[in-house]
Amino acid sequence: MTTCRRPLIIALSGCSLAFGAGVSVYATNAFAQPEERPDAALNMLVHEPPTMEDLENSDLHPELKKVIRYGHDLFTNTQQLRGENVFNDMNCSSCHLGEGRVPFSAPVWAAAITLPDFRGKNQHVNNLEERIAGCFAYSMNGVPPEYGSDEMLALSAYHQWLATGAPMYPDKPIYGRGFPAPDEPAEEPDYARGEAAYQDNCSICHQEDGSGHYENDEYVFPAPWGDGSNNWGAGIARLDTMAGFIYQNMPLGQPRSLSEQDAWDIAYYVSSQERPQDPRYTGDVAETAERFHGRSLYGQTREQDGHVLGDHDNFGDKGDIKPWNVGMPRFENLSEE
Amino acid sequence: MNKKYVHRFGLAVGVSLAAAGALAQEGDAERGQAAAATCSACHQADGSGMNVPNGESWPRLAGLDAEYIVKQLHDFKEGRRENATMVTFANMLDDQQILDVAEYFDQMAVTPGQGGDEADEALLARGQQLAERGDWNAYIVSCQSCHGPGGNGVGSTFPGVASQHAGYISTQLMAWKNGTRSNDPQNLMGAIAKRMSDNDIQAVSAWYATQSGSTQQETAQ
Repeated sequence: MTTCRRPLIIALSGCSLAFGAGVSVYATNAFAQPEERPDAALNMLVHEPPTMEDLENSDLHPELKKVIRYGHDLFTNTQQLRGENVFNDMNCSSCHLGEGRVPFSAPVWAAAITLPDFRGKNQHVNNLEERIAGCFAYSMNGVPPEYGSDEMLALSAYHQWLATGAPMYPDKPIYGRGFPAPDEPAEEPDYARGEAAYQDNCSICHQEDGSGHYENDEYVFPAPWGDGSNNWGAGIARLDTMAGFIYQNMPLGQPRSLSEQDAWDIAYYVSSQERPQDPRYTGDVAETAERFHGRSLYGQTREQDGHVLGDHDNFGDKGDIKPWNVGMPRFENLSEE
Repeated sequence: MNKKYVHRFGLAVGVSLAAAGALAQEGDAERGQAAAATCSACHQADGSGMNVPNGESWPRLAGLDAEYIVKQLHDFKEGRRENATMVTFANMLDDQQILDVAEYFDQMAVTPGQGGDEADEALLARGQQLAERGDWNAYIVSCQSCHGPGGNGVGSTFPGVASQHAGYISTQLMAWKNGTRSNDPQNLMGAIAKRMSDNDIQAVSAWYATQSGSTQQETAQ
């Protein structure tokens, strides 16, 4: 994964330089026409997904419209599956902002046109449903809906519909894919600086203790760490992914307003806090770190207090329930080739 | 509850009260009622305020978070929020009276918003879209992502906007858009307002004016 992601990140960094002040571009239109964009020369796939208004105005079968609406509803209010498939305080749209449509916020239609494909995380070819199941097991600290279930089909349909008009298996890099990390900071990411920057820029919504915010029992601001957040196995537990999410998206409504240094420092601070155990935990934090955690701080010793990150048996609200998809072997009959 | 603000504010109040030799640090609604006599000329005895078409609308204060009101009154006094009328009245209140009137209005039942009834269906639909989902093509995040489900407010930082008067909401959004109001934390409102068209502002103002800000009553049940 690292080898194939890097060039993209570099390309996008170049792209953000071409933009100059990225914020002003967002302010005008997050999806300007390709010929108007300064990044057109970069030869990328720029796709503007349809909106829910487009869905209503489309000629799709009314039954399909219903299912896509349900997928959208699950995506933006995933908490309706709390206690069944979701065991933290997150929605899909907590990280995939703007209903999963927005560039640099890991727009989810990209998965629909690039899968099935080999995935380094589980070392086999995944389709869209399996990819979504991964989100449930890690980012939602939960248990995925069954393959082919109403929920899974609705979520898949929503992803695929968002990709309407985009080419399958594109031969160009995808504009705005993932959470591209900001350029390397001038100084190594630092816990104390990160804590100060977090309290200044993030705590007004996400709270000083990272617990997020519920108002009258309704979800408002997601928890960046703790039991309400994603577990250690989630993609955003990786330092560069978190730095990318923050830099490209936070504070809400002000993308790329933080300095690159602040984004890395805040990511380092947030990534140095505890969260539910990785469902791939072998019972040994060092072994789990060695096998699965090249890019997160999992298994590392926190300087401030000597705590080894991830060295605990707390799986969050789901307790000892095991997500059925984690470690599920695939294509064993092809293994000799 | 925004703890950081509580800390900062608590410190500021503590210092100023110590200087004044006062002991009370919490708002008292009964004392607030007396001090609020001056407020009721515009904000009305029931805190409902008034929508004033083609004029300066007076916001509903009934049911608004006390800490939010406290911050706004201090901001008027200290020039962080500009309004010729309010600076005069805010200056009549000392720190304790500010706490008291804020508590007084906080405890009142939310009254209906005015000024949204004449909006047509298309405008209300646009307002609902912006309130609940935003318009990410223009990088306008939904109102409820900060003002909470139903626009009923979140903690003391993000005020309830449902059941507020359309004239007041639109005036404030225009002020943020034009840069004449900027006392929001971290430019969170300003950044969004600057991306909203005048029609967007009318739409969301009308939408929230027609929504009931009934959270407190529901919670009480």
